[in-house]
Amino acid sequence: MRKFLASAKFLAGTAASAVLFSGAARADQPREWEVTFQAPATDMMRQIERFGNYTMWFIVPITVLVLVLLLVCIVKFRASANPVPSKTSHNTLIEVIWTVGPVIVLLLIAIPSFQLLTAQYTPPEEAKLTVKATGNQWNWDYEYQVDKTFSFNSAVLQDGDRARAGKEDRALYPRLLAVDNELVVPVNTTTRVLITATDVIHSFAVPSFGIKMDAVPGRTNETWFKAEKEGLYYGQCSQLCGKDHAFMPIAVRVVSDAQFKTWLETAKTDVPAANKALMAEIDGTNKVAAAGN
Amino acid sequence: MAEAAAHDHDDHRPHGWVRWVYSTNHKDIGTLYLIFAIMAGIIGGALSVAIRMELQEPGIQIFSGLAQMVYGMQGDAAIDGGKSMYNAFGAAHGLIMIFFMVMPALIGGFANWMVPIMIGAPDMAFPRMNNISFWLLPPAFILLLSSMFVPSAPGAFGVGGGWTIYPPLSTSGQPGPAMDLAILSIHIAGASSILGAINFITTIFNMRAPGMTLHKMPLFAWAVLITAFLLLLSLPVLAGAITMLLTDRNFGTAFFVPDQGGDPLLFQHLFWFFGHPEVYILILPGFGIISHIVSTFSKKPVFGYLGMAYAMVAIGAVGFIVWAHHMYTTGLSLDTQRYFVFATMVIAVPTGVKIFSWIATMWGGSISFKPPMLWALGFIFLFTIGGVTGVQLANAGLDRSLHDTYFVIAHFHYVLSLGAVFAIFAGWYYWFPKMTGYMYSPVIANTHFWVTFVGVNLIFFPQHFLGLAGMPRRTVDYPDAFAGWNMISSYGSYIAAVGVAIFLYGVFEAFQKKRVAGANPWGEGATTLEWQLPSPPPFHQWEQLPKIK
Repeated sequence: MRKFLASAKFLAGTAASAVLFSGAARADQPREWEVTFQAPATDMMRQIERFGNYTMWFIVPITVLVLVLLLVCIVKFRASANPVPSKTSHNTLIEVIWTVGPVIVLLLIAIPSFQLLTAQYTPPEEAKLTVKATGNQWNWDYEYQVDKTFSFNSAVLQDGDRARAGKEDRALYPRLLAVDNELVVPVNTTTRVLITATDVIHSFAVPSFGIKMDAVPGRTNETWFKAEKEGLYYGQCSQLCGKDHAFMPIAVRVVSDAQFKTWLETAKTDVPAANKALMAEIDGTNKVAAAGN
Repeated sequence: MAEAAAHDHDDHRPHGWVRWVYSTNHKDIGTLYLIFAIMAGIIGGALSVAIRMELQEPGIQIFSGLAQMVYGMQGDAAIDGGKSMYNAFGAAHGLIMIFFMVMPALIGGFANWMVPIMIGAPDMAFPRMNNISFWLLPPAFILLLSSMFVPSAPGAFGVGGGWTIYPPLSTSGQPGPAMDLAILSIHIAGASSILGAINFITTIFNMRAPGMTLHKMPLFAWAVLITAFLLLLSLPVLAGAITMLLTDRNFGTAFFVPDQGGDPLLFQHLFWFFGHPEVYILILPGFGIISHIVSTFSKKPVFGYLGMAYAMVAIGAVGFIVWAHHMYTTGLSLDTQRYFVFATMVIAVPTGVKIFSWIATMWGGSISFKPPMLWALGFIFLFTIGGVTGVQLANAGLDRSLHDTYFVIAHFHYVLSLGAVFAIFAGWYYWFPKMTGYMYSPVIANTHFWVTFVGVNLIFFPQHFLGLAGMPRRTVDYPDAFAGWNMISSYGSYIAAVGVAIFLYGVFEAFQKKRVAGANPWGEGATTLEWQLPSPPPFHQWEQLPKIK
């Protein structure tokens, strides 16, 4: 198993570096042979990851302890090694220890767990942008609640549309994750997402942001995120919603403040044109950055 | 003399089909349940192998072909029909494994067989009710299976809403009759279980042999008693919930319809108020079996008997107040989530007591590694893995990232597929000689164990990684980056399927070779009452009630 894991790690490393060198380092998405969370793109996800790692410090030793005790029993107390069994069936002290011990472990887990949970419901500041995500079978509507409210639909990118949309780079726009119109948000801005659905329950999830919230018809749920890095971040609908549940991804494009302002002005009247201009600008800066290297 | 002959018990024994269909004998009904569970398990397992075949590579592999074959769809309709068929397979796999495999095997099968014997009773309290409990199951199963062949959503067949059948996907999302058949199936299976639960509670409370106080009762009987209470208290809630679903679908009510004042989340609360106790219903009888096996093959009494019994009571009781940890992402308030995090974590304490007590039972023992013990050891270790990932999932903050991903699938298959199912096989190999009088081949049984152990771990361990990387559950296709671990997981399922074949061959071989097992093949460690009877036990046992010291 160890050897297997080692080779898996190697594969993961190669895959990750392949993606890095292909110039797609700014997109966050699942990677081949990944064994951990996707790289965090928000402080919240970093906290989730830190807490997840923290719990590992308890659960791995507990599992190893159980395994070692079992192995000791198997070796030391097998019939050939220990023909005469003891008759012990009580030991109050040890029973108290293995009741109190787990209680302490759980308290040690619970305290940071409650802090994390509270942080998830306590945005650091009033949201500067509010978007409403509405789940439909099988796409999302994004409504920008700005001075002049506007909305557009975001559906999975069909292979036939890749060329026309300028999204032929499959590392940057992976199958089943790429969409026609991304949700565009400014970097380092607390963004409130209102989430609901029109037909059945969906769920709005972006793993690298550490958010997941069900889209329930008749209810408006709320979550928030503050993306720290510009780039493209992917998620998928996370509540079984029928035939095309696997085909309604969520793509968030995080851009600079200036880029967002320009995009927003155009998008209020013409979303496709705004997206086209934004993509052209991002590609341009990427090329400049690559040349600068 | 004529009177004496009339009271000769061999003559009371019905023969032929009457013996089985009209049966009021707890051992015969137990056997029927076990056969039923094996058949349902094979069907449910085949569905899961189809799911893994589909997920072996990215893209849609087999389900459009299956839709073509089974439903006669063509072209794009076959692709769409295939996607829906995948969802129907997922829902059917879950419902079959829970209601028609694990519950019939553990409660209807082993508990029916062994609880009356263990507590020194001649039969169950209500033998005729026992009969109807079983015979309700085949029609329920047929209803569920037939639901896979009738329309649900437009262009789709079979219930495609997962085993949790959340509305509105299960109401307006699938107007066809498939969902109605499934609802009726669950109603009938639920009624069967409630009747069984009443029977067990009455039997255990009233028919224990003289001297067998509750605190002297074997742990398996304790486990079944607690399970029966969980069934009795939780299944009516499910019945209520799915009845509302039924009337929402057919009679214009609006319990779960938001635009008429209903709330889809009401169903989730009701469902999980049943659903969470249900997972303990699935595992508690297994806990009991493992306790017996560990004690028998360590040649030691169970360590901390009272702690073991009351740990199960605690698990059962707390199990009723943790349901919304399945709903952390539905928009529950912060305080509600805090409460459910706390309550859920509490369950880890009695569960820990059980794990450590099993190890302490082995400690200082003289352990022989017969097949049942092998399965029990596998159970303890794998259940621990499933348990600790459960502690992680209990934390709402962390569950934000893990909810509805493959991490959850991995978790609950570690506790159920590798927990409950390992306990079932442990119990099978433990009691098979008692039930049939024949000893199986230990070589085949051990091979079955190792092949299954490797297979199921290959299936489910990589799913932790997939979940961490963010792969949502219940998707027919996935982004290409998830391909690697999915391939490993699929290979694992083929190995596990080979394990099932070895199991079936082992059963066949045992009946063919007819090696006589004897009353107690396990020696001095097997102290419960069933080992004092011949194998197989007489048609009616304990005509002279045993005396318990």
